[in-house]
Amino acid sequence: MQDCVHLEYRVDGQNFVSAGSATESVKTFLKGMGVNPQDVRRVAIAMYEGEINMVIHANGGYAYADIYVDKCIITLVDTGKGIKDIDLALQPGYSTASDEVRALGFGAGMGLPNMKKYADECIIESEVGKGTKVTLVTRFD
Amino acid sequence: MSELKRLNTVTLDPDKCKGCVTCMKRCPTEAIRVRDGKASVMYDKCIGCGECVRLCPHHAKITSYDKFEVTQNPKYKYKIVLPAPSFYGQFNNLNDVNYVLAGLKRLGFDDVFEVGRGAELNTLATQILLNKGNIPKPVISTACPAILELITARFSNLKQHLLNVLPPVDISAKLAREKAMKKGYRDEEIGVFFISPCPAKVYALKSGMGVIKPYVDGVLSSGEMYMKLLPVMKLIKNPENLSKMGVMGLQWASSGGEAAAAMRGKYLAADGIENCMRILESVENGTLNEIEFIELNACTGGCVGGVLNVENPFVAKARIRNLRARFPQIANSLADTGKPADYYMTEKLTEDTVVATDRASAFSKLLAVQEMYGKLPQIDCGLCGAPSCRAFCEDVVSGNLPPDAVCPQLQHKKN
Repeated sequence: MQDCVHLEYRVDGQNFVSAGSATESVKTFLKGMGVNPQDVRRVAIAMYEGEINMVIHANGGYAYADIYVDKCIITLVDTGKGIKDIDLALQPGYSTASDEVRALGFGAGMGLPNMKKYADECIIESEVGKGTKVTLVTRFD
Repeated sequence: MSELKRLNTVTLDPDKCKGCVTCMKRCPTEAIRVRDGKASVMYDKCIGCGECVRLCPHHAKITSYDKFEVTQNPKYKYKIVLPAPSFYGQFNNLNDVNYVLAGLKRLGFDDVFEVGRGAELNTLATQILLNKGNIPKPVISTACPAILELITARFSNLKQHLLNVLPPVDISAKLAREKAMKKGYRDEEIGVFFISPCPAKVYALKSGMGVIKPYVDGVLSSGEMYMKLLPVMKLIKNPENLSKMGVMGLQWASSGGEAAAAMRGKYLAADGIENCMRILESVENGTLNEIEFIELNACTGGCVGGVLNVENPFVAKARIRNLRARFPQIANSLADTGKPADYYMTEKLTEDTVVATDRASAFSKLLAVQEMYGKLPQIDCGLCGAPSCRAFCEDVVSGNLPPDAVCPQLQHKKN
């Protein structure tokens, strides 16, 4: 028997209206399978930050969710400008978002720190000029 | 529980229902199916919001409430009526709410106790609670029962954000009942009746949501009571002053009123069930953490938008605004009632409507749904009688539809 549900979403760049819809779909799925509410929320917060990052910085990308009975693996892949210094980007409050984006209430520099905080594992792979891949693993209680 | 909900929310008039998909497509919790050419409600999913009543082009939805006749039961020796603030917005050219209150007394009620009074007390108790800061921010209002049901059913991870102060109607009913008991009436001789703007309140009060035992005996409809009052009010000259509420309570009638009354800090008020769902999604995503208080009303415009009302919500709202000048800013205080803080608190938590299933079996069901969904056209046409292709799959997997049910679109292509 198949033991994993694979969901795929295209995330549009600079589109702040549809931003978050992939997260909402994954959230609905996890709720439907009866995952502990606190775990659903951890997945939602981490994934939403990742989704928004692709919208703001990478002109969009793809979000994949691999859902198992006891865990979920979110993978966010883009071909954007990449992260120059991952350690610096992980500092709370550090942001390279434009003033326009900040005016919308985004770009507070909490994206990567929140992903690290809420996911059980957060793997960031990035190459300047090529893109970024973030893998978020959340295990369910 | 589903049975209680069927009796106290909305039912269908099969003669009027044409089996169109309007209500099914727009139900916010996907609780409606069209089977054998007629709409039917899955009450375990229904939150009583009244959206289907509002939308039905054939007026085939029957809202449940108590007819005025229930107040005539001889067992009630002392009858109290509780008009909601939104009720005042139903009347044209009303310059003094005492006409309404005096009219209610003429209809046979011994006492009138405005729900706006309970609203003011709720606001004062909420302010104390927010200052203590025990509830994680944003604190979410629980005055709208459809929203409370929605959170319990779909956003259960936000339960710790819920405000645990009793809704205004329960506070008013509790105080009014005690007042009557002090006059020497026994509990069972007292009849407390709420004039409700919506079916969600009918269900909430009948099922005793948040309280150990319901304080209200009957829930009347705003529309029916309006019709009963009109001829009586014409006969009244110089009504006595029965109103004991202020602008603070009055403004609860429309969206934003509750939050504006309670909050000095950052707050947000949303109305309309779909808007409210979007706000709850945002709270879950952690993007509204800087907001202290969230007021949500399932109906557009707030309680003035309830489907048991007669007047357009925007007209009612404008009338309520015009009435403001007639009211003091606030007319109730916690000191006057002399009750301790717990008196205003929710007495019991709402039960989980979500049945706990083991995750492995839920997961395998979802896998089956996902697999079936992949083979469907995914156009959510509604022909099969389910609101979306996904809902169709869920119905088959959960046994609400036979396992050999076929998508009409695919069937059509085959032929």
